[in-house]
Amino acid sequence: MIIKSIEDLKRVKEKYEPLIKQRLGHRNGLGLTQIMVCSGTACHSSESQEVRLQLEQELARRGLEEQTRVIKTGCFGFCQYGPIVMVHPGGIFYCQVRPGDVRELVEKHLIGGQVLERLLYHNDSTGKRTPTIEDIHFFQAQRRIVLRNCGVINPEEIGEYIARDGYFALADVILHRKREEVIEMIKKSGLRGRGGAGFPTGRKWELTAAQDIQPKYVVCNADEGDPGAFMDRSILEGDPHSVLEAMTIAGYCIGANQGFIYVRAEYPIAVERLEIAIEQARAAGLLGKGLFGTDFDFDLSLRFGAGAFVCGEETALLHSIMGQRGEPRPRPPYPAQEGLWGKPTLINNVETFANVTVILREGWEWYQGQGTSTSKGSKVFSLAGKINNTGLIEVPMGTTLRTIIFDIGGGIPGGRQFKAVQTGGPSGGCIPAKYLDLPIDYESLKEAGSMMGSGGMIVMDEGDCMVDIARFYLQFSQDESCGRCTPCRVGTKRLLDILTRITEGQGEMEDLEMLEELSYDIRDASLCGLGQTAPNPVLSTLRYFKSEYVAHVRDKRCPAGVCKALLHYTVDEDKCIACGLCAKACAVQAITGAPKQPYRIDPEKCTRCAACVAKCPRQAIQKGTGKDVAVLGGEAGIYAGAGGAENRATL
Amino acid sequence: MAEHNVTGQTIIVQELPFKDVPEKKDLLQEDHRSKQFADMDRVIRLYAGERGQLIRILQKAQEIFGYLPEEVQAYIAEKLEIPVSEVNGVVTFYSLFATEPKGKYTLSVCMGTACYVKGAQALMDALKEELKIDEGETTPDGVFTIKSTRCVGACGLAPILMANEDVYGKASPGEIKKIIQTCRKGESVDHKKH
Amino acid sequence: MEEKLEYTPGPVVRKTGQLYDNPEKEVEKIKFTIDGREVTAVKGMSVLEAARLAGIEIPSLCYLRHINETGSCRVCLVEVEVKGTKTLQASCVYPASEGLVVHTTSPRVRRVRKTMVELLLSDLHRECTTCIRNLNCELQNLADSLGIRNIKYTGEMKNLEVQNENPYIVRDYNKCIKCRRCEAICSKVQEINVYSALYRNYDTIIAPAFGQDLSRVACIACGQCVLACPTGSLVEKECIESVWEALEDPDKFVVVQTAPSIQVTLGEEFGFPVGSVVTGKLVAALQRLGFDRVFATDFTADLTVMEEAHELLERLEGRGKLPLLTSCCPGWVKFAEHFYPEYLENLSTCKSPHEMFGALAKTYFARKEGINPEKIVVVAVMPCTAKKFEAARREMGTGQYKDVDWVLTTRELARMIRQADISFPDLQEEEYDSPMGTSSGAGAIFGSTGGVLEAAVRTAYYLTTGEEADLPDYEELRGFSGLKEAEVFLKGRKLKLAIAHGTGNARVLLERIRAGESFDFVEIMACPGGCVGGGGQPIYGSRERKVVSLDYRHNRADALGRIDASKTLRRAHENPDVLRLYKEFLGQPLGELSRKLLHTSYTPRGKLPVFQFGELKGKQGGQAAENIPQV
Repeated sequence: MIIKSIEDLKRVKEKYEPLIKQRLGHRNGLGLTQIMVCSGTACHSSESQEVRLQLEQELARRGLEEQTRVIKTGCFGFCQYGPIVMVHPGGIFYCQVRPGDVRELVEKHLIGGQVLERLLYHNDSTGKRTPTIEDIHFFQAQRRIVLRNCGVINPEEIGEYIARDGYFALADVILHRKREEVIEMIKKSGLRGRGGAGFPTGRKWELTAAQDIQPKYVVCNADEGDPGAFMDRSILEGDPHSVLEAMTIAGYCIGANQGFIYVRAEYPIAVERLEIAIEQARAAGLLGKGLFGTDFDFDLSLRFGAGAFVCGEETALLHSIMGQRGEPRPRPPYPAQEGLWGKPTLINNVETFANVTVILREGWEWYQGQGTSTSKGSKVFSLAGKINNTGLIEVPMGTTLRTIIFDIGGGIPGGRQFKAVQTGGPSGGCIPAKYLDLPIDYESLKEAGSMMGSGGMIVMDEGDCMVDIARFYLQFSQDESCGRCTPCRVGTKRLLDILTRITEGQGEMEDLEMLEELSYDIRDASLCGLGQTAPNPVLSTLRYFKSEYVAHVRDKRCPAGVCKALLHYTVDEDKCIACGLCAKACAVQAITGAPKQPYRIDPEKCTRCAACVAKCPRQAIQKGTGKDVAVLGGEAGIYAGAGGAENRATL
Repeated sequence: MAEHNVTGQTIIVQELPFKDVPEKKDLLQEDHRSKQFADMDRVIRLYAGERGQLIRILQKAQEIFGYLPEEVQAYIAEKLEIPVSEVNGVVTFYSLFATEPKGKYTLSVCMGTACYVKGAQALMDALKEELKIDEGETTPDGVFTIKSTRCVGACGLAPILMANEDVYGKASPGEIKKIIQTCRKGESVDHKKH
Repeated sequence: MEEKLEYTPGPVVRKTGQLYDNPEKEVEKIKFTIDGREVTAVKGMSVLEAARLAGIEIPSLCYLRHINETGSCRVCLVEVEVKGTKTLQASCVYPASEGLVVHTTSPRVRRVRKTMVELLLSDLHRECTTCIRNLNCELQNLADSLGIRNIKYTGEMKNLEVQNENPYIVRDYNKCIKCRRCEAICSKVQEINVYSALYRNYDTIIAPAFGQDLSRVACIACGQCVLACPTGSLVEKECIESVWEALEDPDKFVVVQTAPSIQVTLGEEFGFPVGSVVTGKLVAALQRLGFDRVFATDFTADLTVMEEAHELLERLEGRGKLPLLTSCCPGWVKFAEHFYPEYLENLSTCKSPHEMFGALAKTYFARKEGINPEKIVVVAVMPCTAKKFEAARREMGTGQYKDVDWVLTTRELARMIRQADISFPDLQEEEYDSPMGTSSGAGAIFGSTGGVLEAAVRTAYYLTTGEEADLPDYEELRGFSGLKEAEVFLKGRKLKLAIAHGTGNARVLLERIRAGESFDFVEIMACPGGCVGGGGQPIYGSRERKVVSLDYRHNRADALGRIDASKTLRRAHENPDVLRLYKEFLGQPLGELSRKLLHTSYTPRGKLPVFQFGELKGKQGGQAAENIPQV
């Protein structure tokens, strides 16, 4: 049906509301069991769709398809424990459900009416299994504003979005509000861009609206490129209509009739959901000509990235949408003045748009009350790396790193020591333990030498070498440099050259000085944000972990035991049983020995491939920096590897 | 090449040599090829009306041809009436475009940060060692291509190895052999490791 | 010295995105501060432009006024104060605004600027002493003026193959600093789009499609990219050594001819102001170098006028296609062959003057002087890289002889003069040899846009009316707007004439013709300004003359105009030696022998790189355009 009025919206809402209410915990006697299967990328990758199909088959086989519905939903955020399956009523939260578990699940829960204990979340500290979300610590400290629909609605059903008050804000804006009024509300809310730099969103809208040129465009930047960040993807996968609605509102406010969503081609599920959402919105008359019976037209089209991180930079993104090389250009003119095809263009990122509808629904006053003095509202972070609960979280601005990492994230696995958290991706920096109690917002992160970025958080432990991490990021930034300006094209290459030298044991003390100087010059001189921020990983690690650099350069050792060239493998003579397996595994004949004699590794020949370590049945081969092994003896373990024995063996 | 001769005796100057045209391939292959170009024409017709859809057209072309040979790039340039240098500039800029044929299986290691700190490099090294090729290369038998890929956003499963579309989460170097064997047997890589 | 270096109008560039060249926009004056001095500028002007107007020099590298304003190299960085915060901004793109405070030499600026150049240098092999652009290189100058003594940044360096498969331009990627001026001039001014940035990051190269040699893509060999290149990454393919060998060979009779524009540009290589006429010294230098005869291409330019004027009249009588398009510019001819093959029949069949010269040198001159043509070597000094291509064309030979053996650019001749240690300014003036050294003013103006057409119309007028045309009437045909039109009455018939220079403008004109507009006679020159702006002309980059501009063409063209005005002979048909040539040898214009020696034909070339499309449709010969699969 074509939706023309708020009444029409209400009718749709009424139809879908009972389903939603049940999922939110109402026992409304619906006579229906709803099984929510997480269909985000992470769960998808661990076969959640296979689970879903088998569930459907099993239910059909048992004749339960009438009173049971299997529903796709967006990311719950608890990716570490995926695939997630949630059963309503009751809100029973099953973790790590494998296709092989389906039959038992149906038998026990749906037929037997009992909770299948072994698939419930297991709280390691209490040793108990907990049936519902409310009991899981991971969710307790979060406040889901942007992610409110993820895990609740079926992202492929527009009706369910409407049932969650979706498109009411759009209707209100188009039918009852002036443009200036809406922009003013966004301004007052204090919303800032969630893509990285934190430019005030309302101001951006105002600037674009003020341009006296037609046509204008609205662009959603969904080119989430930070490695280890997947907030935007989860929003697009779990709640695509929230972005569509906000873009339409933005179009109305700035006077644009066409929008583009620039999305990574590496996000096939997000693309599919967006395509479905746009189709459904068009069919419902919520995109297209004459929205809500007015003369306001707005339509959307998808554009696809093709693997270039720099396209997250707004001017590069514009070039890419126009089918060109994604190279940034100098600003001014800003996209608000000259954007797509030289016309005024508003660019916001996914999460920013997702905040807009909330603000309009709940009121700017409410939104303004959330967060810190400079940064309002909430922020979605993706937690990854050396952390127990990898996943997607949303917390109010101003939450401390400690809460995020140790409370929500469940701390570091294996009882290892926290070393740093990297925020802001390749543009950000590594924040050490002393800032764990820092309430985070745009300003505090910047002061700590990092940045908000899009919200990726990678936790590192004692097994991570900070010099190597800096090198890793520089490798990334250099690889993704568009090649246009000198400091980024050549400068980051030289930074990388120096860092590579250091990690290979060829560094000199002057290199450290040169690293710093060159970093500052690149930051000063680069044309776009990518280049300007590319040295941040170097500067922040130099600032907080200088001793590690010095160890690499002066002592030629890698304290974390990561940099291969600085490692030495030795055979623990006490453990060695002289089986000779290690010598056979060695591709370069670096290991020699004789029966009943401990084997030895020739450090000159050794290529540090660690093949021998994997083969040794007695874990007799140890890794460490030559003299340290002798000095530290049993302590050598501190410097070993990145995790379990297997990883240690290969690093 | 123009043969300059100081004596002034050089007579007819040869124009620059053009690459020789290779021998005609068998008809079957030719048929397949013209079908691909017919598909290509449909794609171009679909998108040519919209401005700035070059990247989408190239993506579709890569789906059709498996990669983007020079002739296909030139063909698209001709049809869209844009300079071939520009098309080539775009193709070489974006990492998802391939200008060399890929193997039957593309094994990609996610090199996102989360995967990196969880040992993606070791995974990559093991892969290179096992297949005896470097990143971006294809085995001589045309079965495997190794690639490093940008964060796929499934950081909970780090480190991640992908065989075509199939995801192997929490992969370890020890499993590489098994995965390769599965592919070699020609089985679809449907069983997923966890 | 009347050098108008920087702020004469640039080539006509259809530019988007920049507001300040829009004539409809009102000019708003603003005041701001550079290094403590108050400066007035037009709103929207870049800080760099405003500074240079005010006489404050800011070094730059990738900047080419109106052609490449991208802020890529970061050498022109200045410190800009806005609301108390100081940031570094690329002055070539940062708009000047009221009250702005700019520092061009603060310690921060100097340090970062130096780092930028050091980084660029760290990427290069720095073979300055053996480079064609040694002592004439913008990068070298920058390193010099910034006092760079040590490149502290070291690391991976590229070692890419030098591309020189073709006879006109050599591309050395190892000397490229990715300023992209070649790309900009080729796509924005010439609209040929040969170059694009390929790949990204440190691997970026600025190259023809698929990194191929220029000979394998639709390049017209005009050499504008060579003029635009700040380093030795794009240079002409030298043939100096071969010319020396010929000169040293006692068995050879080496004849040299100089294009009209050489006499007004060669002086620049030796410190003369732009627009100096150095004809006499040029002749003297060539004689000192040991050429057996020194002739002027102006002579065959007069001959071309005779042939072309007759051709025009023939076509006006209905024999052949109209409009008649001139054919003396080999870059333009190649352009037509690549991009407008349907107009090849409109092209005049006249060879260009230097080829006519070559053909005659080995026939007429050889017979007249009793020299075995086998022994004659024809060297042409041309303002042009495309002439090198033209000389290598298979059509450009007569019987068993190649018309022109070697083409030297203006720059190469200057190098030969330096190699011979000749002090050019001190040379006594000499005159061209006879008989192929006599020329009218018509021949001289061939070197500037509009000249060919003007000369041909003068003669056509005479041929039809028996009267001399009123010369000043044709003034409007010269000058530097990219596209000009005029009308003349010839025996009661109105002739529509048009002139375009720069292939970007040619494209506009041809599209109009394609759309149905009718013209009778059209002159097209590939290079902006005509031959005075040719790809073989002097390049500035020396320490004394480091203000980079391509806008010397006016002064050079004015000088050609002065030569024309100073001649007693103004019209081609008055040239007695040309008349004698017809009488003694050729017979008549468009006669049998003329057609054989002086006229040529053209080949469509296709606009795509050359590939193996054979895979698709079996064996296919011929040109790239035909090879596109028809699916």
